[in-house]
Amino acid sequence: MNLSLSFQIAKTHLLAKKRQTLVAMLGVTFGIAMFIVMISFMQGVNQFLEDSALDASPHVRIYNDVNTQRPSILDAVENGDDQMNIVYHQKPKQQLTRIKNGLQMVSMIEQMPGVLGVSPEVSSQAFFNNGPIQISGVIAGIDYPRENRLYNLDSRIKTGSFKSLLANPNGIVLGATLARKLNVKVGDKVSVTTPLGGNITLRVVGTFGFGIGTVDNIRCYTSISTVQEILGKDASYITDIHIKMDDPLQAIAFGKTLSKQFNTYTEDWSTANQAILAGEKIRNVMTFVVSMTLLVVAGFGIYNIMNMNVINKLKDIAILKATGFGGKDVVAVFLLQAIIIGLAGGLLGLVIGFGISYLLSISPFETGDMISLKTFPVVFRVEYYVMGLAFGLITTILAGYFPSKKASKIDPVAILRG
Amino acid sequence: MSNTVLQASHINKYFYEPEKFQVLENVNFEVKKGEFLSIVGKSGCGKSTLLYILSTMDTDYEGNLEMNGSRLTGLSQDRLADFRNEHLGFVFQFHFLLAEFTVLQNVMLPAQKLGKYSTKEIEARAYEKLKLVNMEDYARKQSSKLSGGQQQRVAIARALINDPTIIMGDEPTGNLDKANSNLVFDIFRKISHENHQTIITVTHDPDFAKGGDRIIEMSDGKIVSGGR
Repeated sequence: MNLSLSFQIAKTHLLAKKRQTLVAMLGVTFGIAMFIVMISFMQGVNQFLEDSALDASPHVRIYNDVNTQRPSILDAVENGDDQMNIVYHQKPKQQLTRIKNGLQMVSMIEQMPGVLGVSPEVSSQAFFNNGPIQISGVIAGIDYPRENRLYNLDSRIKTGSFKSLLANPNGIVLGATLARKLNVKVGDKVSVTTPLGGNITLRVVGTFGFGIGTVDNIRCYTSISTVQEILGKDASYITDIHIKMDDPLQAIAFGKTLSKQFNTYTEDWSTANQAILAGEKIRNVMTFVVSMTLLVVAGFGIYNIMNMNVINKLKDIAILKATGFGGKDVVAVFLLQAIIIGLAGGLLGLVIGFGISYLLSISPFETGDMISLKTFPVVFRVEYYVMGLAFGLITTILAGYFPSKKASKIDPVAILRG
Repeated sequence: MSNTVLQASHINKYFYEPEKFQVLENVNFEVKKGEFLSIVGKSGCGKSTLLYILSTMDTDYEGNLEMNGSRLTGLSQDRLADFRNEHLGFVFQFHFLLAEFTVLQNVMLPAQKLGKYSTKEIEARAYEKLKLVNMEDYARKQSSKLSGGQQQRVAIARALINDPTIIMGDEPTGNLDKANSNLVFDIFRKISHENHQTIITVTHDPDFAKGGDRIIEMSDGKIVSGGR
């Protein structure tokens, strides 16, 4: 078999029917361009959702899970296989949401490898009073420098600044939508009441927006000591420890280790954001199904054109065979045409796909202040382009193979007799 | 005998569509090196069928076929293709050049397939063959732009490119006017007498057949005269 000769024949065939070649090529181009755009955009959306979830939530959170269900004392004292205890209406025990030795835990975890940052928090349910209006929310006492390292709070600020929390012990930073509901601006005062009756008046020093409704709507930040003061607790009272890891994927295992070591309840980001992860999986499947369909459609286009091509060239195939070209040579001639179409169309598709993705990534996208997006989220990754070209080539080779096989089986005698 | 280039013995061939029918019945003959042989007979007598069996393209027959001292019956399609490439040249009734290629490319293709010479040598040889058929001035022309007679001459040049032992023609003058027929005949004559290549043609043209060395006449699938 002489490949360069087959290539020469294939090239001549393709160039002789330029328009038909172009149409076949554009089928592949369109399929691959759409594949690239779809996958880049979908992955961009996934990435954005994952980032916004991960940015606003800790990788591992240590807290005290308040649970009113507990084993009765009777079960602890009187138990055995031959008896059964029934206790009605067991009264919940007074439980503190505090983490025992929280501050010591923070400094210990900070020393552990792979930990990016640890931040202690005191959080409580709270009511915000502005005149007769009461709005419920959550007040979080934070150590500003530490919390800022975890969540990059400074970048979330809309008005005022978080830094003022350090200077002003009675300062508070409100979620942007919460501030709007309360109709307060930087410099105004808000009155905060806890469920246990503590009350304090704080001055607004800033507003922030994470782009997540459930955060911006209810959350506000102040210093740890202020919240401890409203709750009437001592300076070691900590309710939450937030941990960020260098690698988010390690958080799951790390959380379990911590849970064992300190005998506390831990939660990692994947359990906290299961809906987002499930959505991501579904979108991935969808992307692949749609992309595959596009490529298969392009493949059928090529199959049709190659089939027609073979039928138009019956006479030529007969001549080639009569002059000593074998079945393999004929397969090579037509398969090479399919591969050239697939490769040229595929490369053009990559370029066009990149172009559309790029345009999409710079087109403005208005979402209001709920979501922190200015343009469509698009990711650019070499893998997608390699994958696109590979899929494109595989479909064209498959689509070209069957007509080529048919061509190689043609009986020259039947054609030459006329 | 060393100068026997083709030996066909006990060739039987059947057609199965629309019903079983014997086209060739116990055909036996030999062809010598350098012989100019014509096979004649009425339409439907099986002469074209015989030629396609001799050409190795039709393998569905009974009997034994030997060329150049090697047995061809029962070889695989690919082996037969290689054999055709090296030892056989074909000229068909309807020109049968590859329309998208130039005259020169058409002539060069079988030699490029054979791969015995470099592309430069093949080109030189192709020009030489085109000169033989007086077509060297058209070498760079698209083959679809030539007239019928010109195409047939190019087809002969293509058949000659690998210096085959045997050149086969299926009504090589069937579609040509008198002047072109004579031209083709003269070329065949020259090839057989000067180059000592064997020529086997199927023809309806009595003048063409008479000019050759031997005529095999067929009727109803049998050789009625000229077989040896």
